[in-house]
Amino acid sequence: MATLIIPTPLRKFTDGKSVFEASASDVRGLLNALSTSHEGIQKHLFDDAGELRSFIRVYVGDEDINELEGADTKIEDRDEVSIIPAIAGGSK
Amino acid sequence: MSHQFLPLDIHPSAMNDMKGHGEDAFPNECCGFFYGEEKNGVRVVSSAKRIENVKEGDQRRRFEISGKDYMKAERFATQEGLTLLGIYHSHPLHPAIPSEHDLAVAMPWFSYVIVSVEKEGVDHVRSWQLSTERQFEEEIIK
Repeated sequence: MATLIIPTPLRKFTDGKSVFEASASDVRGLLNALSTSHEGIQKHLFDDAGELRSFIRVYVGDEDINELEGADTKIEDRDEVSIIPAIAGGSK
Repeated sequence: MSHQFLPLDIHPSAMNDMKGHGEDAFPNECCGFFYGEEKNGVRVVSSAKRIENVKEGDQRRRFEISGKDYMKAERFATQEGLTLLGIYHSHPLHPAIPSEHDLAVAMPWFSYVIVSVEKEGVDHVRSWQLSTERQFEEEIIK
């Protein structure tokens, strides 16, 4: 099973747990498994069109999936996948 | 002012670190994380950590934290037995009110501390949290 690291602000949807484990062949499948088992988290990960929200990044190991194949990036058992909120902003 | 969020109790050393960073980075925006715990109905901020602003271009009006620095922050919190409570950044020559850019990428639950910095130094500090309607509401700083 692959391991998914939940960022602190989304742990209120996972009963405080920082780790979620599931079998999936790609990143999208792993995130869908998380959304199915934890109500309320999906809207923070995906937009209405089912695409990953622009302020959510996902890393497989230390690699950003935007530099791989996006949500279609293949994963294997024992891969560590991290959900990373984009932290940015500014005054104007 | 909303009372749906826990009030923040920011230790003086953490507050001084955030204010000092805002002044050191002026006229650019600074950014960083802060850590602590939720205890007895209060969000206690015990420490703050400076993070590099990696925003390309004009940093006087923008900031960005890299994904790798975010992962390090989560790991640091786990190792130290602390909770990553939120993010601080500065608004040089601008009030400590979240902008549309701040709102667009805000996450639930995190506290967003903003340090307003004028030429003479820090003017004021305010903190905000995202509501369930995805709007910022101000948090009380004790």
